[in-house]
Amino acid sequence: MDTLLPLLTIFTLAVFLGWEIITKVPPLLHTPLMSGSNAISGITIIGAMLSATSSNPIAVWLAFAALVLATINVVGGFMVTNRMLSMFKKKN
Amino acid sequence: MDNGLINLIYLCASVLFVLGIRGLTHPRTAIRGNRLGATGMLLAVIATSLDSQVFGAGAGGLGVILAGIALGGGIGATLALRIQLTAMPEMVALLNAFGGVASALVAGAVLVEASAPSTQSVVAMVVSGIIGSVTFWGSLVAFDKLRGLLLPDAPVTFPGQQVLNLVLALVALGCGAALVIDPSMTEAYVALVVVASVLGVLLTIPIGGADMPVAIALLNSYSGLAAASTGFVLNNNILIITGSLVGASGIILTMIMCKAMNRSLVNVLVGAIAASDVKKTDADKVYEGRVKQTSAEEVAMLLETATRVVIVPGYGLAVSQAQHQVRDLANLLESRGVTVEYAIHPVAGRMPGHMNVLLAEADVDYDKLKDMDTINPSFGQTDVSIVIGANDIVNPDARTDPQSPIAGMPILDVDKSTSVIVIKRSLSPGFAGVPNPLFAADNTLMLFDDAKKAVVDLTAALKESG
Repeated sequence: MDTLLPLLTIFTLAVFLGWEIITKVPPLLHTPLMSGSNAISGITIIGAMLSATSSNPIAVWLAFAALVLATINVVGGFMVTNRMLSMFKKKN
Repeated sequence: MDNGLINLIYLCASVLFVLGIRGLTHPRTAIRGNRLGATGMLLAVIATSLDSQVFGAGAGGLGVILAGIALGGGIGATLALRIQLTAMPEMVALLNAFGGVASALVAGAVLVEASAPSTQSVVAMVVSGIIGSVTFWGSLVAFDKLRGLLLPDAPVTFPGQQVLNLVLALVALGCGAALVIDPSMTEAYVALVVVASVLGVLLTIPIGGADMPVAIALLNSYSGLAAASTGFVLNNNILIITGSLVGASGIILTMIMCKAMNRSLVNVLVGAIAASDVKKTDADKVYEGRVKQTSAEEVAMLLETATRVVIVPGYGLAVSQAQHQVRDLANLLESRGVTVEYAIHPVAGRMPGHMNVLLAEADVDYDKLKDMDTINPSFGQTDVSIVIGANDIVNPDARTDPQSPIAGMPILDVDKSTSVIVIKRSLSPGFAGVPNPLFAADNTLMLFDDAKKAVVDLTAALKESG
């Protein structure tokens, strides 16, 4: 219980924070918002890194698969978002 | 390295993620925002590699990590650079899938290696496993539907579907409960993942093509929640903060999409619009003798005298990849002093913001891309509205016929402009399966053709006349 409560506090506050910022994103940028938020949800990558050094071979394989997929998410997400955003231009 | 310092770096990374998303509130700051987010991720990865569990693991462990990152990075970069922008809905679906399953895999890895995990940790593993698997398979189904590979675009429903889904969810939770009681029973986790996978497929097949914006946004939210839940497994703040930001983002987009169709989330999720047997208006009665067909030349003459033109893109524009041709037409009109704007309905296309990305790709100034609430009051002063490959989002029945399946859905009021040109292959109904009285209206002319070909012909005719 002594670790759960602080974590729940952080979770709840982060949801409210996300709510406040994201409602301000204009419809124009909804697709980049999805791909960009996808990229940061690849944060699981750090969980995968921690498990990849386990002494249990099954854990290592699971973590390796997670690492590959999360990295695709991170690298693919940020790069494709950048590609899209660089097209949103204003003439003159 | 000291855990305090690592957590401090995690905090900095979290702040960068928040600033990154805040950057997305304006196109001018969006690129910088995306870079801030990427910087945050780099910091988080560096901090993690300094963790004694990673850094002290020796060459073998580090080798696994480097190999995984190199492989994933290579695939991710290739995908991001190669993907066609018309295929962005598929790309987002894939990214959702990978994010979700990565969380479920990490939870599984922790379960296998932990000797005596705390109850909190096991409960979180169960949540990660269920949400992650549902996200993975649900996103793959969405990907398949968007690509048109195995499954039909239309909702797939069968009797007892909801009951079966409920039973599967309960079985998955039951496996989870068994795992919480005895965390050494790893078979329970495998069973839970299998059941949740089937559930993910069954939850997504009833969602039809035009409802995909909702499905994609919701799965986006799930992938965030799965990451947050993995944060509870690892007692890790940054996963919780980031996951909940993404979770909130997906839920907000889901709500915006549902509101733009005047349907409840439940209604979308059970594929109700196609299954419903609301009175089907007879298409012949609506169209008979009233539909006026036109030609590119005739439309060109109409455009010659116009001072304000609004272009309304729909999914048909994406299918036909006509965005560059549309831009050429708009440029030609603008060179003759015509004001051209684009009216973007929130659910036009297959994911939130789909039309904006397509038109931005064609170098259309983003100031000209107007959302529904901004542009609707101006249709009364519009000489010509050109509807390209859109149907339900411009159906006036939504405003006037309370019996219609799309009653109450906010639409683009193109029927209020002086003339309406509808570019469409045929009179076939849109996703809602209802006839569109706009096509039979006095001020509407139908140009039956493929979107790209019609726009090219139109531009040529306009050039000739000038």
